[in-house]
Amino acid sequence: MGFGDTAYDVAHVLGGAMLLISFVLLYQRRIFSLVNALALQGMVLALAALWQGYVQGAPQLYLTAVIAFTAKGILIPIYLRRLVLQLPPARRAEPASGIGASMIAGFMLVGLSILVVLPATAGARALAREDLAIALSVVLLGLLMMVTRRTALAQIAGLMTLENGLVLAAIGVAGMPLVIELSMAGLVLVIAVIAGVFARVLHERFDSLDTSLLDSHRGEGR
Amino acid sequence: MTLWLILTPALAAALCAALPAHAARLNILASAVTLILALLLLGEPSGTGWLRADALNTPLVLIAAIVGFSTAIFSAQDIAGEGFDTARSRAYHAAFQGFMCAHFLALLADNLGVMWVAIEAGTLACVLMVALHRTPAALEAAWKFFILCGVGIALALFGLIVLALAAQPVAGHAEGQLSYTALRALAAQTDPALLNLAFVFLLVGFGTKAGLVPMHSWLPDAHAEGPTPIAAVLSGLLLNSAMLAILRGKSIVAAHPETIPPGAFLVVMGIATLLLAAVSLWRRRDARRLFGWSSIEHMGIAAIAFGIGGVAGHMAGLLHLWGHSLIKSAAFFAVGRAARIKGAQRMSAIGGLATSHPALGWGLALAMAALAGLPPFSLFASELLLAAAIGGTSPWLLPVFILGLLVAGTALLHAMQRLCFGQPTPQPAPMQAGLATLLPLWGHLLLAAILALALPAPLSRMLHEAARMLA
Repeated sequence: MGFGDTAYDVAHVLGGAMLLISFVLLYQRRIFSLVNALALQGMVLALAALWQGYVQGAPQLYLTAVIAFTAKGILIPIYLRRLVLQLPPARRAEPASGIGASMIAGFMLVGLSILVVLPATAGARALAREDLAIALSVVLLGLLMMVTRRTALAQIAGLMTLENGLVLAAIGVAGMPLVIELSMAGLVLVIAVIAGVFARVLHERFDSLDTSLLDSHRGEGR
Repeated sequence: MTLWLILTPALAAALCAALPAHAARLNILASAVTLILALLLLGEPSGTGWLRADALNTPLVLIAAIVGFSTAIFSAQDIAGEGFDTARSRAYHAAFQGFMCAHFLALLADNLGVMWVAIEAGTLACVLMVALHRTPAALEAAWKFFILCGVGIALALFGLIVLALAAQPVAGHAEGQLSYTALRALAAQTDPALLNLAFVFLLVGFGTKAGLVPMHSWLPDAHAEGPTPIAAVLSGLLLNSAMLAILRGKSIVAAHPETIPPGAFLVVMGIATLLLAAVSLWRRRDARRLFGWSSIEHMGIAAIAFGIGGVAGHMAGLLHLWGHSLIKSAAFFAVGRAARIKGAQRMSAIGGLATSHPALGWGLALAMAALAGLPPFSLFASELLLAAAIGGTSPWLLPVFILGLLVAGTALLHAMQRLCFGQPTPQPAPMQAGLATLLPLWGHLLLAAILALALPAPLSRMLHEAARMLA
C-alpha cells in the first residue's frame, strides 16, 4: 500500500487536514474561531474514523465516527460557545504573543514525531505507521498549545486536540478494542463538563479566564 | 468476588448522592463491606477473566480497602468539621466512593485499556474533591492537577495504542491486543522498537500520575488544598495504581530480550525524584505540602526498586508501596486533625502537639519517624531490602541512594520535632483529638509494624510470588 492507493491517500488527506487544523488552533487568538476550528477538527476526525471503518471492514468504527461527530463536532462546541458568550467581549481574545515562535516549535515537533515514529515502526503496515506519525504530531501540537496558552478555554482546547490525536492513533490500529473508544468519548464529555464548571468558577472569582492569575495562589502560607 | 468489590462502591456512590443526610454513615458501611470482600479475596486462588486478582494486585486491593475504611471513619469526623452544605457533602461522599470504585477497577482489570479508563475516572473524581473548598488556592491546585494529569493520562493512552499496534500482528483476537496477561505472553514475538516507544509514553504518562520528577508539580498542591481525607487516599491509593500501571508496562516490555532495558529509565527517574524531594522537604512551611513532598520521595524510592528489578528489588518495591500507603494516610489523618485543632496548617502554627494532645502528637511523631525510614515499621524493612539489592547489582548507586534517604529522613525528623515537641502553640478553642482520628492513626501504625515484624503468611507468599513473576 502506498501513494496512488485510494485507501492510503484518503486516510492521509484526512490526517493531514487534522494536522493543518492543529496549526490553526496554535495561532488563533480569538476564542470563537478557536471553538470553530475545534469543531472542524472533530468533524474531520469523524470522517477519518468513517474511512478507516470502511477500509478495515470494521463496522464498530462507524460508531466511533458517530460519537466523534455528535460530541466533538456539535455538542462540545455549542457548550463552549455558550461559555464564551458569558464573557465580556473584551475577554474573547487572548493578547497576541510569540505566534512565530510557537509555529516554529510546532514544525519542529512534527519533524520530531516523524523522526521518532517512522524508524520505530518499520515492521508495521505503511498506513498504520504514517497515521501514527501524524497522530503523534497532533498530540504534541495539543501539548504545545496547552503550554503556550494562558486562558482556561484555550488550554482546554489544547487538551481536546490532544485527545483528537489519540483517537486518530487508535482508529489507525486495526482491531483496537471498541470499549476504549467508547469510554474515551464518555470521558471527554466529562472533561468538558468539568472544564466548564472550572471556567464558571474562575470567572466568578477573578472576572477572567486567565489561569496565570492563579499562579499567585500557590499556598505555602507566605 | 472481584465484581462485587467494584459494584459495592459504585452502588454506595449512587446511594450517597441520593441520601446526602446519611452519606457519612453509608460511606463507612460501604467501606466496611469492601474491606470484608477484600479480606475474602485473600483466600481465593488467582482469578481469570477480565477482572483478574493475582499475587501482584490482591495485596494492593487489601491495602486500598483498609485505607478506604479508615479514611471513611476519619472523614465522618473531619467532614463534619468542614461545615459543607448539602450539595458539597453529597458531592464529596459520592466522589469518594466513586474514586474507590475506579481504584479497585484500575487494580483488578486485566485489560490495560480498562485500567486506563479507571485511573482517568479516579483522577477526575479526585479533581472534584480537591476543588471542593473553592478558595483561589484550591482552584489553583485542582486546575494544575486536572491539566497535568490530563496530559499525563493522554500520553499514557498513546503508549497503550502503540502497545496494541505492536501486538497487532501476533495477537489472534482483538481483545488480546490490550490484555495484560496476553501481552506478557506475546511480548517476545513483537517488534522491540515499538515496545520501546510504548514504554517511554507509558512511563511519562503514568509517571505524571505517580508524581515522578519532572512531572510532580501537581502533587504537593493537590495534597494540601482539598479536604484532608482526599490527601490520604491520593497518597495511599492513586499513586499505587499509577505505579502498578508502570510496573505492568515494564514487565511487558522487559519480556522481550531485545528492548532497551526499561529498568534504567525507572532508576534514573527514581533517583532524580528522591534527590529533588529530599532537598525540597527542607524548605516546606505548610504541613500538608511537607507530606505531599514526602509522597514524591517515597514514589521515587519505589521507582528505584522496580528499576533495579530482580526478585529482591521487586519485593522491596512492593513492600514499600504497601507500607507507604498505610503510614502516609496515617500521617495525613494526624496532621489533618492537628490543623483542625490549631486552626491552621502552617507548620509554625502546629507545635508541641505531643504535650497538648499526647495520643495524637505521639502518633504523628511515630508516623513521621516511620516515613523517615526508622524501625520498627515496614518502610525501614523495604528500604533495607532495597539497599541490599542495590549493593548486589549496582553498588555505585548506593551512596547516592543513601544520601537521598539521609537528607529526606533528617528533614522529616526536624519537622517532627517542630510539629510534635516543644512549647504547644495556642489553639483557638479547646478540642480533643477524638477516636475517629486516633483509631485509624494507631491502627495503621500497628499494621505497618506488623508488615515489618511478622508479615502474615498469605501476604508473604503473594509478595514472593509477585516478585518472582515480575523478575
